[in-house]
Amino acid sequence: MRELMSGNEAVARGAYEAGVKLAAAYPGTPSTEILETLSARYRSIYSQWSPNEKVAFEVGIGASIGGARALVTMKHVGVNVAADPLMTFAYTGVNGGFVLVSADDPEMHSSQNEQDNRYYAKFAQIPMLEPSDSQESKDMVVTAFEMSEIFDTPVMLRMTTRISHSKGIVAINNPVAGPDRKFVKDPSKYVMIPSNARNRHVVVAERLEKLRHFTEETPYNRIEDNGSRIGVITGGVSYQYAKEVAPDFDYLKIGLSFPLPLKKIEQFVKSHDKVIVVEELEPYYEEQIRAAGIMVEGKKYMGQLGELSPKRVAEGFLRAGLIDEVHAASITPQEDMFPRPPVLCPGCPHRGAFTALKKLKVTVTGDIGCYTLGVMKPLNALDTCICMGASIGNAIGMERVKGSDKGTVAVIGDSTFFHSGITGILDAVYNQSNVTTIILDNRATAMTGGQQHPGTGSTLMGERPGRVEIDEVVKALGVKNIRKLDAYQLEEALDVIKEEMEKPGPSVIITTRPCVLMPKRIMEEPYVVDLDACTGCGACFQISCPAIAASERTNKHGHPLAVIDDTICTGCTLCAQVCPEECIILKSQFVEA
Amino acid sequence: MDNTQNILIVGVGGQGVLLASEIISAAAMNGGLDVKKSEVHGMSQRGGVVSSHVRIGPKVYSPVIEYGQADILMAFEQAEGLRAVDWMKATGVAVISTTKLVPAIVTSSKAFNYPDDPIADMKKKAKHVIAVPADKIAGELGNPRLVNTILLGVCSNYMPFSTELWQQMIREKVKERFVDINLKAFDRGREVKLTAVGA
Ligand SMILES: Cc1ncc(C[n+]2csc(CCOP(=O)(O)OP(=O)(O)O)c2C)c(N)n1
Repeated sequence: MRELMSGNEAVARGAYEAGVKLAAAYPGTPSTEILETLSARYRSIYSQWSPNEKVAFEVGIGASIGGARALVTMKHVGVNVAADPLMTFAYTGVNGGFVLVSADDPEMHSSQNEQDNRYYAKFAQIPMLEPSDSQESKDMVVTAFEMSEIFDTPVMLRMTTRISHSKGIVAINNPVAGPDRKFVKDPSKYVMIPSNARNRHVVVAERLEKLRHFTEETPYNRIEDNGSRIGVITGGVSYQYAKEVAPDFDYLKIGLSFPLPLKKIEQFVKSHDKVIVVEELEPYYEEQIRAAGIMVEGKKYMGQLGELSPKRVAEGFLRAGLIDEVHAASITPQEDMFPRPPVLCPGCPHRGAFTALKKLKVTVTGDIGCYTLGVMKPLNALDTCICMGASIGNAIGMERVKGSDKGTVAVIGDSTFFHSGITGILDAVYNQSNVTTIILDNRATAMTGGQQHPGTGSTLMGERPGRVEIDEVVKALGVKNIRKLDAYQLEEALDVIKEEMEKPGPSVIITTRPCVLMPKRIMEEPYVVDLDACTGCGACFQISCPAIAASERTNKHGHPLAVIDDTICTGCTLCAQVCPEECIILKSQFVEA
Repeated sequence: MDNTQNILIVGVGGQGVLLASEIISAAAMNGGLDVKKSEVHGMSQRGGVVSSHVRIGPKVYSPVIEYGQADILMAFEQAEGLRAVDWMKATGVAVISTTKLVPAIVTSSKAFNYPDDPIADMKKKAKHVIAVPADKIAGELGNPRLVNTILLGVCSNYMPFSTELWQQMIREKVKERFVDINLKAFDRGREVKLTAVGA
């Protein structure tokens, strides 16, 4: 059987074929669809969203030590959150196989940085596989579980956006039963007190020696001999780009990229006149190859920032003198195109909060989620965004040094609050900060597609354990000033935020309107613009709602009057509240003159 | 590679770019060809630009099309077609809906303008530009969300698959209650009169 699958769907399929029993993750682009596919198509695997990546990783460790095969997936920055258990689990090794999927995002299509997580495998000294397409994504998951058990180690599968989100044809196999193991008490292996850990570090070094032999033998590190004098060392999606540009060069395709097959590489380099390394982001292969005393070049020609592409690889080959020309595009790009950045949806409750914050002119430390779009013009109401959970700590520090004369407010989403905001609030209580935090509780992990989290009351498998209430959590942490806020009510929002900022001690404001898309699409009666009353002042344009557009009619200064697309307006009323002419009215109340 | 056909589909979040590329990819696989398709999810869902690359042929390596290499540009929105024009081969064909979607960033500030006539601008640059009033046709069919399937019908004339195969793929990929109307939309597109395109 053959099926068209994305890399992520193929990873899920691989987990199924490998007899995985448990999968845990926190959503994050480009990794999210792996667990979504598992829960939709392979229900025999227990899969769960954890509150954050560290917990997901630890749940996976538990399942592995308990004897089952476990899959843990996350985006690249998620591995930072899970790095603590990762580094020590590398010492203990596994019982049932354990595979970590790290989905990196070169070019930062949906991320705050483009760190190259291949260094994590080297850092933790665990083997790493790098697929180049969907078929390999599936096959390598199965291999990774086998390797994990043979070498007694967690194994990392390193995906990138182009592998995760590209579809290709995959041949399907039947699932195998995973190993039938149970927990075996063995403190010398699983209890990492210093005396045990010292011994286990020796085991890690011995394991690495075995892996160095294995990596020379595995068919995933293969030579494609086309009789060329030019050799290319490459892996991941870069392999596809290079093959596209120069199918006739010789290739050493790296699939098992930690540890690298240095002997094979040395042979390959010796037997070619010129060898170039093609890899996206950091010179991960190149550094290690050079450190082994083998002279190769790569980054000098290919560049280190952003995604590669066939064109960039071709230009690199040209600079290296390996090809004579690069196909030039024949059509020139159109100049001066307006941008079309992502925006908050019509009716998004975040819009009300940001409209209020903008009016108050306060400094806003931000966090990661749909609400990060509050930085976009014309809202322009977000001042920092570092990583998940950072808003609260950032606000505490800013407030302590009086870094902003206008006062500082932290803004964080509900999923992000559960992920890593709770400890920030605890810090504010413990260290008696005056900081005000707005928790934008839309009851969804909206940015990544509306996944369940502890506050939604449901799980990935479809169970309904009931909601964890944010106000109760915050109260238990010791916050005294807790307010709920309907973010559609602008005047109320202004008052509540002002009052809470003036109070001593930490305050928490929790907004109550749900996401308009999830779990159900919310559509109330739409509003329309009475064009005969509209003066073209543009106030409603400033809230940046996709449902509000410029009409064909203009005022005497040539400024357009506003028009509302009533097929997408959700009736949130915010524009009607900012309109000074009161000419935005309910559709049913509108009588055409 | 030269015997690969490159199809670039562009539009705005919510216009059904991904469904169109899904149907083409499925047709290619079932038509016995290799296929890769690539798009970036995430931020694009929030009303931003969405593009999907589909590459079909005997053996496909790269999942992304290179600038200047699209044989078919399928645009669901006028300005997005113009934005992507340099992705086309000189011999390529652009099939573009007359749909206009002006974003808030343009209406709220004087810094940006929506081009007066994006299709005319495209025609200055590319030889084969076919404008299709897909938004109007969709309106006639009673569902504005059919723009994607109408354009797919137009573009299907440039791809080596039978009508039956297309219909079968639409049946597989579209939600059951929308299958009939999508089949109609596809037919309307497939009937659009084409200009001959030289290789
Ligand atoms: C460590 C880490 N994990 C995951 C992500 C991906 N991610 C970005 S925003 C987000 C969820 C935001 O949800 P929420 O805070 O509820 O805000 P909403 O999008 O619903 O407004 C996730 C999972 C990330 N950027 N960093």
